[in-house]
Amino acid sequence: MTKIKSNLKSPEGLPKCQTGIRGLDEITDGGIPKGRPTLLCGSAGCGKTLMAMEFLVRGAAQFNEPGVFMSFEESSEELTQNVASLGFDLNDLIARNKMYIDQVRIERSEIEETGEYDLEGLFIRLNHAIDSVGANRVVLDTIESLFGGLANEGILRAELRRLFRWLKEKGVTAIITGERGEKMLTRHGLEEYVSDCVILLDNRVEGQISTRRLRIVKYRGSSHGTNEYPFLIDEKGISVLPITSLGLQHDVSTERISSGIPRLDTMMGGEGYYRGSSILVSGTAGTGKTSIAAHFANAACSRDEKCLYFAFEEAPSQITRNMRSIGIDLEPWIEQGLLDIYAVRPTIYGLEMHLVKMYKMVMDFKPKVVIIDPVTNLIAIGSDTEVKSMLARLIDFLKANQITALFTNLSHAGGTLEQTEFGISSLMDTWLLLRDIELGGERNRGMYILKSRGMAHSNQIREFLLTDNGIDLIDVYIGSGGVLTGSARAAQEAQEKASELMRTEEIERRKRELDSKSKALEAQIIALRSEFDAAQEEVNKLTQQEEMQEKAQAGVGAEMRRLRKADASSADDARGKK
Amino acid sequence: MKTVEENQDMWELRLYVAGQTPKSMTAFANLKKLCEEHLEGKYKIEVIDLLKNPQLAKGDQIFAIPTLVRKLPEPLKRVIGDLSNTERVLVGLDLRPLKE
Repeated sequence: MTKIKSNLKSPEGLPKCQTGIRGLDEITDGGIPKGRPTLLCGSAGCGKTLMAMEFLVRGAAQFNEPGVFMSFEESSEELTQNVASLGFDLNDLIARNKMYIDQVRIERSEIEETGEYDLEGLFIRLNHAIDSVGANRVVLDTIESLFGGLANEGILRAELRRLFRWLKEKGVTAIITGERGEKMLTRHGLEEYVSDCVILLDNRVEGQISTRRLRIVKYRGSSHGTNEYPFLIDEKGISVLPITSLGLQHDVSTERISSGIPRLDTMMGGEGYYRGSSILVSGTAGTGKTSIAAHFANAACSRDEKCLYFAFEEAPSQITRNMRSIGIDLEPWIEQGLLDIYAVRPTIYGLEMHLVKMYKMVMDFKPKVVIIDPVTNLIAIGSDTEVKSMLARLIDFLKANQITALFTNLSHAGGTLEQTEFGISSLMDTWLLLRDIELGGERNRGMYILKSRGMAHSNQIREFLLTDNGIDLIDVYIGSGGVLTGSARAAQEAQEKASELMRTEEIERRKRELDSKSKALEAQIIALRSEFDAAQEEVNKLTQQEEMQEKAQAGVGAEMRRLRKADASSADDARGKK
Repeated sequence: MKTVEENQDMWELRLYVAGQTPKSMTAFANLKKLCEEHLEGKYKIEVIDLLKNPQLAKGDQIFAIPTLVRKLPEPLKRVIGDLSNTERVLVGLDLRPLKE
């Protein structure tokens, strides 16, 4: 056997051929083995032919590797028509010599076997086809038809073995399709000959919903994903969803983004959610989950970020209408292409298919924010563990792409609120709990942050009001009877206002009382002072009188001395001193 | 190859081979013998070597070698193998619809 030459070596040393099929190359760690045959098996209608054809079309269109499609079932025209719906133009590829389709028609009724023969004719045809377009890729679909057309199985098996060996020597990367057998992978045991890589396709129906899945049964000499991966066939071909729950190594952001509700941002340290985090909003029916989601969507679009809204309950027009009533107009964002509301009933596909669909839409739309409203509806189409694993994968995928995701969760009334249906709360970074507070014959909404990883957050319950201008969060009253909301809160407020008024009036009164008292005292002081002044005056008067008397007396004395002819000088001295 | 004037009873046969392999040789010898026995004078055999003309394989839906194709009379019939089982060849070519 000739060694296949290739300078394209994967780390494992095995050269690989990229299929170009979305997701498949990731699962296979780079593609199918280059220059070797790969067996693609599955039951009828699970997409074997389509996958094989996409392998060729992608090869021709993307990797400039022409291909040969040898069909044992459908004619060239049928194939062309079938894949036209996926946007593949086979006629164009054939015209450009990028593709060669050869139909090998084997009709048992037309064939008579008369002794020894071999399948050299097939080899010659294939060889001619490969050479005429210089093909690197070959598809044989479904070679097992030979078993139906030819009676001599001994010859057939020997020839098949020779065919696969010949393909390897030829160095073409081949996909051989095979019908799924009862006990074996293929009805006629083709896996015996094609042993390098075996891919199994499956289409299972559970609860009336069918899901296509792909599994790599074996891949010699290469690491590969071993799980069953759901895949989707739509207008753009096949998408396999590589559910890479392999690690938790995504980068985390410290950037914070607004929730769209200022007061809620305040509750989370004033900045809002972390970018790339996952947020769960849970609550019973009618607690305003969608409104919170709409606020978040609105905030994202206001920042010029794209938002993808998966609505499992309401039609887009219904959401926009309802949100307009609380003052959020989502319409302009939809028109600007910033918001995409994708509404679909959960029961339309299987769980895996939803995941693939979401994955694909996220890849195409490239949003910064994804909203899933409500995630609970998915439970209708899968078991708890399935839903949980699906969500875990979805969250991982979104986180890895730095997409902030908001999930709403409908809790059942009567159950514990702090419990989600499928235990997804542990996957969430932030959990907002909305609850009804029934009091005094009315129902009001309350909200609190149950958890929020990596940030300081308020531990208080806020009353949650839906106003014409959106959501308003207000403080609640904590009274002896518990938390007061709604009219009870209003009554409490009025009561407090009244008592406040009374208190201020009392103070006023006391103030006035004191005022007048002090005024009276002041008057008293004035009176006393005047009394005092009068007394002072009296004293002054008396002193003056005394002085005058003294003076008069002194004058009289001098006169007396003069009259008594006293010493003049001493009398002058005495006068001068005064 | 034998050329006879054309008429509606004319049998047009093609034998596809891939090179001068023993199987091809046997097939041709068997065919020749059979035609002489049952279709004397009203048959035409064309031997096509696919190694030389690989593009012809597609047209007559050849996958096994050797293959004998009855082009005329209609309908088209195919017989594969080295034609060693004469009975089966005769059935395959509608020369003897039922065993006598």
